[in-house]
Amino acid sequence: MRPVYLVSGGVSKFAKARPDVTFQAMVKEAYDYALKDIGLEFRKAAEIVDGTVASYFSDHFMRQLKAGSMVQDYLGLCPKPTKRIEAGGATGGVAFQSGWETVASGRFDLCVVYGWETMSRVNTWKGNEFIALASDVSFDYPVGGFYSGYYAMMVVRHMKEFGTSVEQMALVSVKNHNNALHNPYAQKRMKIRIEDVRASEMVAWPLTMLDICVMSDGAAVAILASEEGLNKLEKATGRRPKPAKVTGVGGGIDAMRMADRPHAEVIRLPHEKPEDYKGLKYPGVHSFRAGRMASKTAYQMAGITNPLAELHFIELHDAYTSSEIQTYEDMGLCRYGEGGKFVEAGKPFMPNLDYGYRFSEQGTIPVNPSGGLIACGHPVGATGLMQAVFALWQLQESIGKHFGSEQLQVKNARRGAIHSHAGTGTYVVVSILEKGF
Amino acid sequence: MSEKDTKRVKLPETDDGTILFNVPFPKDLKDLKGMAPIIIKQPYQIDYIHSYGQDSPFFAGLANGKLLGTRCAPCKYTYGTPRLHCMYCGGECDWVELPKEGNVHTFTVCHYGSEEFLKETPFVLILVEWPGVDTLFLTRLMGVDPLTPSLDWVGMKVRAQFKRLSKFKPTDVYFVPA
Repeated sequence: MRPVYLVSGGVSKFAKARPDVTFQAMVKEAYDYALKDIGLEFRKAAEIVDGTVASYFSDHFMRQLKAGSMVQDYLGLCPKPTKRIEAGGATGGVAFQSGWETVASGRFDLCVVYGWETMSRVNTWKGNEFIALASDVSFDYPVGGFYSGYYAMMVVRHMKEFGTSVEQMALVSVKNHNNALHNPYAQKRMKIRIEDVRASEMVAWPLTMLDICVMSDGAAVAILASEEGLNKLEKATGRRPKPAKVTGVGGGIDAMRMADRPHAEVIRLPHEKPEDYKGLKYPGVHSFRAGRMASKTAYQMAGITNPLAELHFIELHDAYTSSEIQTYEDMGLCRYGEGGKFVEAGKPFMPNLDYGYRFSEQGTIPVNPSGGLIACGHPVGATGLMQAVFALWQLQESIGKHFGSEQLQVKNARRGAIHSHAGTGTYVVVSILEKGF
Repeated sequence: MSEKDTKRVKLPETDDGTILFNVPFPKDLKDLKGMAPIIIKQPYQIDYIHSYGQDSPFFAGLANGKLLGTRCAPCKYTYGTPRLHCMYCGGECDWVELPKEGNVHTFTVCHYGSEEFLKETPFVLILVEWPGVDTLFLTRLMGVDPLTPSLDWVGMKVRAQFKRLSKFKPTDVYFVPA
């Protein structure tokens, strides 16, 4: 396998609705930004790009099949090869890894991965219905299919098993909304308190509106290159890009029906001991086995044995505050059951920001410095790519340039992880990115 | 009413739009770039011919007041939501009748939902567990107050009840406190 670099990226401003553009034009906004950032001209890109990966989740949201081809022609990339990736909520993360595969394998030197979702084309509750079709339509959906309900059942079990509290979950919302105050790309930017989260409308007990990400229209683009691709870019633009190197990719999956998941033994990371989990039945519905598997395989490839010490930041899939807490555990930032205490101690908060609370260990490892899905929004096919772009900017230390503020720049960020997750943990991928220049 | 309360008062909105036969058009084509987007309604309705395939006996069971799971013939792994082939050994499973009484493994109260179920909110979803059965079963819990949920509901003993007029859907069975 060849080394693969993330060289540039772009993100459209995520919004509740973008009726002013079609999906193709929205992707072009992100693509144009990615090209401009490395000084690559549109026609030159069409000449040297070898192919693309199209990342979008639901055909239902647009009632348009083969939408990927329509983006390809709008970006002037015909007749280069493309393929479409669909992996529920993890679509963007899986597409990123699919782009990685095209370069690592030697097939492409330069690969453009573009993703989007236009979720405003149906009303919110129809949108929830479409999303719920990503559960078993014979046994699950007809009972009252609703993703927020599924995640709520998972966290109720987490609360029962480990004593996790709704206030601990609310702290995730406080953190991510507050971080987003400094991210102009984010959809929801606000300083809130634990009480605000609890007082907002109940959606699926115990999750409130402010525990849950919103639906969005948005697009994101990531450009991947081999070493030869970096040379081609340098030749085309007259300057050497400042890339991130993709040093680990991992993935995992679990049974679609939550009811089917086993109650067996924890999949352990290198720094964990069997006695850490005596008597714990795993994953049940309290944890995401796919998230653990994705982390384990990505860490193995990147040579990470103690993630908390060896990662400098993480952009993870916080569609729900509860799933951010569950994901701290899957990723081995703390042991299973300790996710609530992890956030309560302030560890995943930015070290430099004032959240209105005093923490004992603020800023150990910033998680979702961008504001995550909860604040940025979740236009499904774009989300995982947005994480890759924000991670690249962290590693380039160019957050100030792109966000217009240095507040969210993680100091000396040399290695980060991005984590993309689908359907109650049915599909999870983790990629490790390192400073590559 | 406080100011905060009145903010929540809204005239109900629908998305059925209106009939519009024409829009203003500028004399100078350059002005078209400032035009607001035209948004139209595109209805879409489908009847799927859905087959339950090898899972069909489960639905026949519900129509006859029986809750069926499956048990793997070679390895004896028992499924609270049926599947005809075992996830672990690949062996074929046999149909077994599950106990009418089980316990709440976890639950939620849905105050919102997919469009199809909005009119039924708030409703309670639970996963049922049984001793000796390796996997769970997703169903509705009736007969509790959805407005006073409590973590103590986890572990509650519950009993299956069946609809008299079967719809051949998993909601032909639901649970009530035992």
